[in-house]
Parts: sequence; structure tokens; C-alpha cells
Amino acid sequence: MAQITFITNDNQTITLEGTAGSVMALAVENGVSGIDGDCGGVCSCATCHVHVAPEDMHKTGPASEIETDMLELDDNANEYSRLCCQIEISGALDGIVLTVAN
Amino acid sequence: MKNSTLPDPFEQARLEKGYGEMDDQNDPVTMVLRLKDVRKCAHNWKSYSSEAVPGRIVVPSEVNIRDMRQIPFEVDPPRHGAYRALVEAWFKRPLQAEYQQRLTDQISGIVDQFVGQERVEVVSELALPLQSRALTLLLNTDYGESEKWISWGTHVFRSEGVALDGDKATVLYDYIDEQIERAQKQPSGDLYSVLLDSEIDGRKMTPEEVKGVLVLTFAGGRDTVINAVTNAIAYFAEHPESLARLRQEPDITGRAVEEMIRYFSPLTQMGRVVMEDSQVCEHAVKADSRISLCWASANRDAAVFENPNEIVLDRKINPHVGFGFSHHNCLGATHARQIMKILLQTLAERVSTIEMLDFTENIEELDEFKRKVGFHKLSVKINPINH
Ligand code: HEM
Ligand code: FES
Repeated sequence: MAQITFITNDNQTITLEGTAGSVMALAVENGVSGIDGDCGGVCSCATCHVHVAPEDMHKTGPASEIETDMLELDDNANEYSRLCCQIEISGALDGIVLTVAN
Repeated sequence: MKNSTLPDPFEQARLEKGYGEMDDQNDPVTMVLRLKDVRKCAHNWKSYSSEAVPGRIVVPSEVNIRDMRQIPFEVDPPRHGAYRALVEAWFKRPLQAEYQQRLTDQISGIVDQFVGQERVEVVSELALPLQSRALTLLLNTDYGESEKWISWGTHVFRSEGVALDGDKATVLYDYIDEQIERAQKQPSGDLYSVLLDSEIDGRKMTPEEVKGVLVLTFAGGRDTVINAVTNAIAYFAEHPESLARLRQEPDITGRAVEEMIRYFSPLTQMGRVVMEDSQVCEHAVKADSRISLCWASANRDAAVFENPNEIVLDRKINPHVGFGFSHHNCLGATHARQIMKILLQTLAERVSTIEMLDFTENIEELDEFKRKVGFHKLSVKINPINH
């Protein structure tokens, strides 16, 4: 079980609890705005882009090469960017804060 | 090789040079073949523009058969973004439960009609009606209109033998003009009315702009969807184990859809006009010449995809560009994905096996490359599951 907080572009703060599956799926199920998950989580749409709070980076780990390749052309991307369909929910994520990129 | 296989004609050129060359009605095209390069060029609208003479970015070029600009397809940022913002929410309606329920009713109706029959010609009898009826949902227009669209045949701009057919385009344009006039007189909740009522740059959208959006919606969503549906049926005919697997593991359906879009790449390529002398893979491209973003080649790039020439039904990481990339990525993708997802679910639930009877392949002649993109005709027998 992990508590995950999303901060959306319209400055809403939403804290959700998840046990399994991807962070993208949790956000989509709960209608977090700015996370669409168009491709269902296979890393082809980039509609699940978040910025991980710097102090939480060690919990999520850095983006994989496939993710950085997807994001390298995105003006919104930075070193804290992740495609959250690639983050699996586990207890290790408890307490993280994600800012939705779009 | 199986009949449902779509070979990759670009492999050698992609590995050796990264680009291909193709003449098209005396307006040559440098085809960009590697995934990374395709993405870069798609993103770089300042160097590679979509806002050329209408029809020029399409390969084969449509400059000789139309003057009308398709919107948002043939507009560059930042104006492109203003148009996209107007239509984005409308094209996400396929995520609504009611829309999906209606689509499910349509698709199961079509599949039920053919299960157990001796023979069905998939392209004209199954895929075309399916695509046309589904489009009534996307436009939020009368179901009855689909009869007319079905009667137009499988290609709106193309007919067999003739690469570009101006007459067919006229039929579509006249029809859309009529519909816009109707919507002006009697606004309803359909896409025509919604667009006529929407504002860009502080003024109402003009009928000409509305037409530009509608023509694109009809043309862009027709061959592509028909192709995806037909290729999926051919694939299941030769891979009954995949149909069985989707029945056992319905959770992988979404991944299977993405994988089919990657493998089939229903839209082979799309062009751009070069704005300044530049280089693609160390190959010089001149201002005012054309490049194309070859989605079909990028989607088989072994630098990105393991076993690129196989359909791996549950491929977990699949950064394909079948729906394009960056600004112009496919506006109809939400609709197309739902169609494919529901089709796969319906087939898995009701069909045991599919027998391929006969077919005619659809091969695109791209100068030095010949790409099989699917089928002109495909006759099959669809066998039911006996519960
Ligand atoms: C499996 C089916 C489909 C495939 C593979 C596909 C593929 C593509 C691709 C690759 C692009 C990018 C073109 C570019 O970069 O210039 C695109 C754009 C577009 N597609 Fe699709 N498409 C499909 C279905 C549809 C449907 C059903 C519709 C609507 C009814 C549609 C409407 C559009 C529009 C409006 C654009 C232009 C978006 C823009 O310029 O901003 N497509 N499509
Ligand atoms: S959901 Fe498509 S890339 Fe993450």
C-alpha cells in the first residue's frame, strides 16, 4: 500500500491510495486531470508525464532510456520527468508527490 | 511466410542509410526511416512544415485534386494548437461509457451477422460498414447516414488502378457542403454544428474551415481503420492461439491493440515540406523539397523493438509511432483504439476460428520500396464458439 499525491495543472492536490498496478492506471481510474494514459501504458503516448518531487526521486528511480527518448523533445521535460505508466505501485512509493506535467 | 504477414521493405535502407528516396509525380520525397529521426523531424515543424500548398504533404501528393486545406492537419504551430484545442475534447468522447456501449452494440451486431456464414468478404462487407457506422458516433450524427458512406466504397480519394481519383473526392466535398448548410439552418448536437458554433481568434469558424476539419475526419479515419480491422482478422485466421489467449487473458487486449497498430502501421508515411536546407541522416535535403515521416519503417526499427517483425501480443514497452508523434499525432486515435479494443473483445468472445478462403493483397508502390499494407479483398469463414 502506498499513498501517492498528485498536483495538477489547475493546482488541485489529490492524494490516492494504491496497492498494485501502475501509477498511471491509479490516476486514470480516479480522474486525475492531465493524465490521460491514451496508450494504456505501453510507453507510446506520453500522456502520463509527471515530475517527481526531487526528494522522492530515490523512491521512483530515474526514467528509463525509452522514457527519456520519448520525452527528450518535450519542452516540459526535465531531470525529474517520468512517464508514470512505467512506475509500478509498491510500498516503496509511499508518500511521494508527483506534479502532473500537462 | 504466412498470408497475414506484412513484410518490412525498409529494413536494408534503414540500416544502411537511414533514409529512402521516392519519386512522386515529379515532387521527390526523402523518406525518413529510423524511429529516432522520425520523431525528431515530426517535432521540428520549423524546418519540416505541414503548412504547404494543400495536399502536398500527402504521399502520393494530392495537390492536383484539391485546393482545400485540411484542418488541423495542414496547419503549423502555433495556429495548429488553437484548432486542436477546439476539437480535442470532442475527439476524446470515445472514452465515455455510453459511447463505448453503443460501439459495442454496433460491432457485436456486425460480427454476429457473419459468424457461421459460408463466406464473408471482410473489406467491403465487414470493415467498411463497421468503420462507417462507428463514424456516426464520432460525428454524433444519424446512424442512417452510414448507409450513404458505405455506398461510396472503400476509398474516398483512391480507387483501384487509379492512385488518385478526383471524382470521388468531389462526392465527399459535395456531401459535406450539404451537411454544413443543413447544420447552418438547423443546428443540432453533431460535429458540424458544434464547429460552426466554435470560435477561433475571437471569431466564428468559417464554413470553409469546418469543411477542412470534416474532410479530414472522413478521409483520415477511413482507409486506416478499414486496414486495421481487416489485417486483424487476417492475423487471427492464421493465429487461432492468439484469439484463444485474448479469451483467457482479456487484460492484455489493450497491449494487443497497440501491438497491432505498430505492426500493421495502417498509415505508411506522411510528408512535410523542407523550409530550409538541412540534413537527414547526413543526407542533404533542400528547401522546398519534401521529406516523409515513415511510420511503418520506424515501427520495425530493431534499435527500439525486439523481434520487430513479430506480433508480440502482450508487448509491454511499445513506443510505436503508428498514430504519429508530437503536434500532429492522430486526433482519431481514441476512437480507433476503442474500435480495435471492442473488435478484439467481441471476436475473442464469439469466434473459435477463422478460415482464410481467398484474398487480393494491397501493395503500395513506393518507387524502390513495395509495401504490403493489407488487403483489397479478403474472404473468410468465421466459425462460432459453441458454448
Ligand atoms: C488505426 C487507425 C488510424 C491510424 C493508424 C492513424 C494514423 C495517423 C497518423 C500517423 C497521423 C499523423 C499525421 C501527421 O503527422 O501528419 C494522424 C493524424 C490524424 N488523424 Fe489519424 N489515424 C487513424 C485513425 C483516425 C481516425 C479514425 C480519425 C478520425 C475520424 C483520424 C483523424 C486524424 C486527424 C484529424 C489527424 C491530424 C491531426 C493533426 O494534424 O493535428 N485518424 N493519424
Ligand atoms: S500511458 Fe502512454 S506513455 Fe504512459
